Amino acid sequence: MEAFAVLLKDFAIPVLIVSAVFIITLQLLPREVRTIFKRELTSYFTSPIAYVLFVVFLLVSNGLTFFYLGVLESGEASLYMPYFQYLPWYLVLIAPAVGMRLWSEEQRQGTLELLLTMPLSPWHGILGKFLAAAVVLFGMLVLSFPIVWTINYLGDPDNGVILSGFIATYFVSLCFLAVTSVISAMTRSQLVALLVSVFICLTLWLIGLPPIADFIMNITGPFEFTKPVLQFFYSLGMMPHFTELAKGVLNIRDIVFFISFIVVCLIATSVVLRVKRA
Amino acid sequence: MIEVKNLHKSFGSKLAVDGISFTVKKGEVLGFLGPNGAGKSTTMRMVTGFLPATEGSISIGGSDVEGDEIAAKSKIGYLPESAPLYSDMTVEAFLKFSAEMRGVPKGEIKEAVDKAIATTFLEKVRHQSIETLSKGFRHRTCFAQSIIHDPEVLILDEPTDGLDPNQKHEVRQLIKRMGKTKAIIFSTHILEEVEASCTRAVIIDRGKIIADGTPDQLKNKSKNAGSAILRVDGVEKQVLIKEIEKLSEVKSTDSVPALYEEGIALRVFPDKGKKDKLAAALAKLVTEKGGELRELRMEEGRLDELFREITKSDNEE
Repeated sequence: MEAFAVLLKDFAIPVLIVSAVFIITLQLLPREVRTIFKRELTSYFTSPIAYVLFVVFLLVSNGLTFFYLGVLESGEASLYMPYFQYLPWYLVLIAPAVGMRLWSEEQRQGTLELLLTMPLSPWHGILGKFLAAAVVLFGMLVLSFPIVWTINYLGDPDNGVILSGFIATYFVSLCFLAVTSVISAMTRSQLVALLVSVFICLTLWLIGLPPIADFIMNITGPFEFTKPVLQFFYSLGMMPHFTELAKGVLNIRDIVFFISFIVVCLIATSVVLRVKRA
Repeated sequence: MIEVKNLHKSFGSKLAVDGISFTVKKGEVLGFLGPNGAGKSTTMRMVTGFLPATEGSISIGGSDVEGDEIAAKSKIGYLPESAPLYSDMTVEAFLKFSAEMRGVPKGEIKEAVDKAIATTFLEKVRHQSIETLSKGFRHRTCFAQSIIHDPEVLILDEPTDGLDPNQKHEVRQLIKRMGKTKAIIFSTHILEEVEASCTRAVIIDRGKIIADGTPDQLKNKSKNAGSAILRVDGVEKQVLIKEIEKLSEVKSTDSVPALYEEGIALRVFPDKGKKDKLAAALAKLVTEKGGELRELRMEEGRLDELFREITKSDNEE
């Protein structure tokens, strides 16, 4: 019962606050954004896609953590090692699966022509769609609560760190989603959008792996000239930013990185949509 | 209401629209005719602001489509060629969505949806998922979407495509009715449609307007407009032709493709300004020569003839 009260205080209230802030922000946005957001969110739940993704994500993330990655054996009341460390690996697949339909489906159905001849700026569409997919991902993370409940039941973890782990995970998933938004604007095939996005997200994630980072930093010989390019890609890598935040080190630089990454991707989406029409 | 000046569009090196200009006033229905790939859909897509023009200007009710995009778009209702729809929605939800996006005030949305559903005969499928609709219903749902906000300008790309003959008739009547208070452009392959609902028509071929006028004016431009078809029995053909060509009302004669089994059939072209007297003169001549008059009919000219004449000669170049 005590664990339950702690959970309520440490997690339910922040979730409620975030939701309330989101709903208020939504009311302040233009009506077109809200209308597209509503339509998009409804369509996630009228088709099986959201449910399938929820089940797959929760089974994989919670199941693996419990049975293979040793949350029970570790003897530590912390979630970073057994849980958060692995979450982005699943999200490399799950976030593009959530976002793949955003623009490619509009192109396949031809509804892009309807949408773009309505009196709205493409920005309304880009934002409305992104927010709807972001809410789906948010719901996924909220539904991961059994693992948090378990760890609180078993021990006495630092829930602040766990919350920060969720924040880091959410930011990474939003970045993956933003990448998918750009890619899905380029193709009318959901499958192509999914595969290309997964590839890019995986690259963005892998490039931050310590061995790869070391390799880039110490490159010599005939390929030394590629160093600036590789360093640029390395600077886009998400793992360093994620790791800091997920371990509970709240650094404004990491947050700024995530937000700018998302904004740049959304701008790129609008550029792709414009170029496609011309 | 719609003012298009010197519109060009090229896709790479291919010129799809090559200097099209026209205006459509309130109360006018302009028909777009032309072979496939002539540039009709591309022109409409530029007018609705979906495609940017390579060159030229488009103004809708005084708002420039490129400079004042949102104002221009809010005056237009658009039915794209393939009638695209969000197939995961119901008809009613989709129309509600369209009304909201089109800026219909919140309190008037229900009324607007009801009206559009009634106008396009969708009552039966109102709560049905769009996925499960037949082609005709899908088409009408998209049509309903285009009129939901009661726009001043309607752009309809093949609005009767995929409808059965009764529905085609209904839609033509609807366009004609709405044309009294709006400026409408619609494209079609069906020439009788132009006669049934347009006040004016243009024929587009290879990105250019090659004919422009009211349906009657266009019909009169066709080669056989004003000629007479004559069918006679009991006279020698060569003699008759000679006699006919002597008449002052006649310019020339031509044979008619073998449509008739009996008698002699001829097409007779009148001399300039003598069209009205031709029939009487021909009838008199035939009687004088002792022939039996089987048929005598004046041709008004036909749009499909004109269409074939001018788009064919172009293609043979």
